[in-house]
Amino acid sequence: MARALRAYQYCFLSYRRTWRGSLTTTFLYPVLYLAAIGVGLGHLIDHGSRQAVEGVPYIWFLAPGLLAGTAMQIGANESTFPVMAGIKWLKTYLAMLATPLEVTDVLYGHLLWIVTRVALASAVFLAVMEAFHTVASPWAAMAFPAAVLTGAAFAAPVMAFSATQETDQAFIVLYRFGIVPLFLFSGTFFPISQLPGWLQVVARCTPLYQGVSLCRALVLGRLDAWVDLAHAGYLVAMIAGGVLAARLTYRRRLVQ
Amino acid sequence: MFQDGDSSVREGLEGPADPSRGKSAPAGAPEVPVGAVVQARGLTKRFGEFTAVDSVDFDIGAGEAFGFLGPNGAGKTSTMRMIACLSPISDGSLRVLGLDPMRHGSRIRSRIGLVPQDDTLDLELTVRDNLYLYGRYFGLPKKELRERVDQLLEFARLTERANDRVDPLSGGMRRRLTIARALVSSPDLVILDEPTTGLDPQARHLLWDRLYRLKREGVTLVITTHYMDEAEQLCDRLVVMDAGRIAAAGSPRELIDRWSTREVVELRFEAEGHESHGRTLADLAERVEVLPDRLLLYTDEGDATLEAVRSRGKPPIAALVRRSTLEDVFLHLTGRSLVD
Repeated sequence: MARALRAYQYCFLSYRRTWRGSLTTTFLYPVLYLAAIGVGLGHLIDHGSRQAVEGVPYIWFLAPGLLAGTAMQIGANESTFPVMAGIKWLKTYLAMLATPLEVTDVLYGHLLWIVTRVALASAVFLAVMEAFHTVASPWAAMAFPAAVLTGAAFAAPVMAFSATQETDQAFIVLYRFGIVPLFLFSGTFFPISQLPGWLQVVARCTPLYQGVSLCRALVLGRLDAWVDLAHAGYLVAMIAGGVLAARLTYRRRLVQ
Repeated sequence: MFQDGDSSVREGLEGPADPSRGKSAPAGAPEVPVGAVVQARGLTKRFGEFTAVDSVDFDIGAGEAFGFLGPNGAGKTSTMRMIACLSPISDGSLRVLGLDPMRHGSRIRSRIGLVPQDDTLDLELTVRDNLYLYGRYFGLPKKELRERVDQLLEFARLTERANDRVDPLSGGMRRRLTIARALVSSPDLVILDEPTTGLDPQARHLLWDRLYRLKREGVTLVITTHYMDEAEQLCDRLVVMDAGRIAAAGSPRELIDRWSTREVVELRFEAEGHESHGRTLADLAERVEVLPDRLLLYTDEGDATLEAVRSRGKPPIAALVRRSTLEDVFLHLTGRSLVD
């Protein structure tokens, strides 16, 4: 693990030089989304009621969904192009592997860094949510680890996938046909009860739905222990499966 | 810049000592080369059906500059990657610094400096950060590492560019930075995979000069190249590889003495038909090579042979007498020119 931290340190120092580029996704987007959709569109939806969507104002409903959705996006984004850069474009992985670091050190160090990025963005998002007065329960603090869990649950399997790719083309497909539909239809913007019956079943099984439901339950203080544990268990299983797969695909790609 | 008498580049940082260095074999022990840093027996690398390295044997002694010479695809880089513990061996045995790469890869790599064909530098970071972060991979303490980085910047003549990003640096500067980076952990063994490919002559000479300094300090160098002049300049001993096998081994001088004549007469004739000229002049030399653009006559007395050619009444449009080089050795061994 000490060696994985050396790889982590590279990511950290390298981010210190390039952090400006991520300002918009980390800081600006939560404000823009909450202002435009939460406040603007919410005004139309609420019609002056404080209980328009599932018994709360629309922005209350929306904010935890966006928190989980943003965590997913950062977790997935940081696991595509940067992994390709490590293998092929900048070859930072290859530089690391010529030193005492092993493949698993490179993998864990990078994964830990992606989780850090998700954590940073989630913390900022929660602060913005607080500023918009959308936090209803003291349990909301636990939405922070829940969001980080959601980001990590996407990061690990996407890293495993990215290590199998020769070009970045599949990342765009993954984004268009995976990440964006999940973002839109996992109960982020509207309750999945609005979907046709069979699609509700599909939505309930998607990974982002687990994160959205968990974050919403915590932020609104509507906990249901077994259901929420099941959501968390689903996300933990994705991390475990993703890490196992990534260990395989990283080794196959980097040790030849 | 490092002057003679300055502290050595290898000193300054605590590097694990090489147990094989400076020891002599006890009396009656079997013939193991004293201080063999790398020892390969039947070393083989296969990728699926393709055999890149086909059962090669070699020993690299401590403090030696050892070369792998051969055209692209000869198996040089695959051999190199196995020595650097980046690529598992398919068959045979390999010991590096007395350890087994399959079991002690990380430990071995902590004592190796690798200069890969691709620089693998982070273009967005500064020159200094590239060195610093690489040193951190080895777990070097921060304070010592900072001093070490300053030394290496001097060594690579990059002090003035220390705080610039790598992106705008010239190829020669990047190469020097990559070599400096490989030295950050004070390695016992430095592996250079085609260190000067793509560099202009001036940049190559500066790089060679840096490598001489390392050699003088007793660092073992393993170099692959497809430039014979580079091999002749830098290597104490080398192997010529072709199609995954070792075609010949020895010092540059030994190889030339053994596989070529003392001198070579290069002839160029007017029209096509070097082939037929070759046949008619065959009796004037020990051996004749016909190349697309010229004829090579291998002989120990170049001037006398050239006189004899001229006396045959078919004067070449250009003629040159030169000493044999490694390229001639390679041509003789494989029937092909070295640079593809």
